[in-house]
Amino acid sequence: MQYAILIYGIEGVFDRLPENEQERAIEKHRELQRELGEQGTLGSVARLMDTTTAMTVRQKGDSVLVLDGPFAETKEQLLGLYIVECNSMDEAIEQAKKLPLEISAYEVRPVGWGGGTLAQPAADV
Amino acid sequence: MKSGRLAGEGEHWRSLPPMSDEALVTLAGLEAILANARPRVIAALVRHFNSVDLAEDAFQDACERAIRTWTDDGVARDPTAWLVVVARRSAIDGIRKYRRRAGLLEAATSVEKPPDPEEELLLQLDQNELRDDVLRLMFMCCQPDLPLHDQLALALKVIAGFPVDKIARAFVVQPKTMEQRITRAKKKAASVATRLETPTLQERARRLNAVSLMIYLLFNEGYTASGGDIHIREELCEEAIRLARLLLMLFPAQAEVMGLLALCLLQHSRRRARIGEDGKLIALEDQDRGKWDPSAISEGRALLEKALRHGRPGAYQVQAAIAAVHCAAPTSAETDWREIEQLYAALEKLQPSPVVSLNRAVAMSKALSPEAALRHLEPVADSLSNYIYYHTTLASLFVETEQFDAAWSAYERALQLGPTDQQAGHIRDRMRFCEDSKIKSAPIVG
Repeated sequence: MQYAILIYGIEGVFDRLPENEQERAIEKHRELQRELGEQGTLGSVARLMDTTTAMTVRQKGDSVLVLDGPFAETKEQLLGLYIVECNSMDEAIEQAKKLPLEISAYEVRPVGWGGGTLAQPAADV
Repeated sequence: MKSGRLAGEGEHWRSLPPMSDEALVTLAGLEAILANARPRVIAALVRHFNSVDLAEDAFQDACERAIRTWTDDGVARDPTAWLVVVARRSAIDGIRKYRRRAGLLEAATSVEKPPDPEEELLLQLDQNELRDDVLRLMFMCCQPDLPLHDQLALALKVIAGFPVDKIARAFVVQPKTMEQRITRAKKKAASVATRLETPTLQERARRLNAVSLMIYLLFNEGYTASGGDIHIREELCEEAIRLARLLLMLFPAQAEVMGLLALCLLQHSRRRARIGEDGKLIALEDQDRGKWDPSAISEGRALLEKALRHGRPGAYQVQAAIAAVHCAAPTSAETDWREIEQLYAALEKLQPSPVVSLNRAVAMSKALSPEAALRHLEPVADSLSNYIYYHTTLASLFVETEQFDAAWSAYERALQLGPTDQQAGHIRDRMRFCEDSKIKSAPIVG
């Protein structure tokens, strides 16, 4: 079963941490990626650019609007994500807990189905 | 901790027990969150109290309370709203205490209860209102009757929360002098602020232009100045980038704000390569491109691409595009000078200035010919006569066209315009080169 670990936090805060704290946080990510990589359970990982770089595509009436900015203005922003292969939600949560929890929160969400070369297809799809 | 809680409850991390023996959030983490919230909170408070000093004091109080509360309970879900609520209350308490002391208020009870999380939700921090508040605060700082450095100092102090002694170091003045200048600037800005109503569309555009220019100049202050502490200069650039990010977050469809942020990021991407170990600036063509910051470059490009979709070119976008062309070249020799020349031609139309013409001439000499560049410089000769780079550029063009006497004179003129020691050394080398070349070429000419 695949799970998405969605990383939420306030944009701009990480950048204000002292360098050693940034490094400590990044090291936790590296460790998890190393571990999952060795197990072969890392689907993909992405750090997203700021929401100011985002564009949103949506239908309005007969036309398709392409708007500047993220889908929604939120207090915390989606900063990045992991797709991991785990046996259970519990296990996925244990993986999320290895990530730096100080200034980020993690939404752990089962993947319905997936494909492509970046994410392994989910089992039984 | 039981699994399952993480995914389910919205407020789970409020009550999350510490994962280890450390506190929930380190002080550095809290400080980062507070610093990040500062511009918005101060902006909301300045509008509320109509006083920068009161807003700053109330913010300070709220931060102290936040550190006490959040260390144990975890960070509030919406730090900005929390801080605004607590700061307002602290300021009102302050006013009450003052009145009580002055005998104006009898037996008022102190409002020392801890902030109620529900109150955060009740407080409607209207996002539209907040973005105009931030714009208004930034606009307040860039009043044209304030000298540029005072505008920037005020913005750094009030919006970014830089300590005065750091600002003093950045502008190479005594802290006491800087303190006085900021106090004066604050008064002037405050007198303007009372007259700043919620803007009309046109007025908003005017404020956006003024604020963008201030951010651009703040960036340049850090980027171009050769004196002073390199670390502080770099911090000025970073702060300008943060302000540009904030402005764009608040006004996400402004192509020129995208251009401005892209420009700053693309220039800043070269920060590790442009200053040598001896602290001296390294010219673009001599930089180790491996030291350029690839993530700043890709973000700059992404923003520029977004901006260009609007089809409303502006000076920041064009300058960002020029920087992007430089960043795209794997080596100096592979620079697309033809593209850069055309971009400078566009910039000349959008924002005509002799310096832009000079830059275009440099691009022309590489893309077309030194002769074309020399012709292009003729009309701006007078206006650039005291500009050292004009004379050094002219001199290299003369060298390229083998007019060594003219080149020598141009270098001599550049020497009179107060070059840095590094520049002077380089200019003298070039003058010797002109003398040697003249001797070598003399028999052929003769």
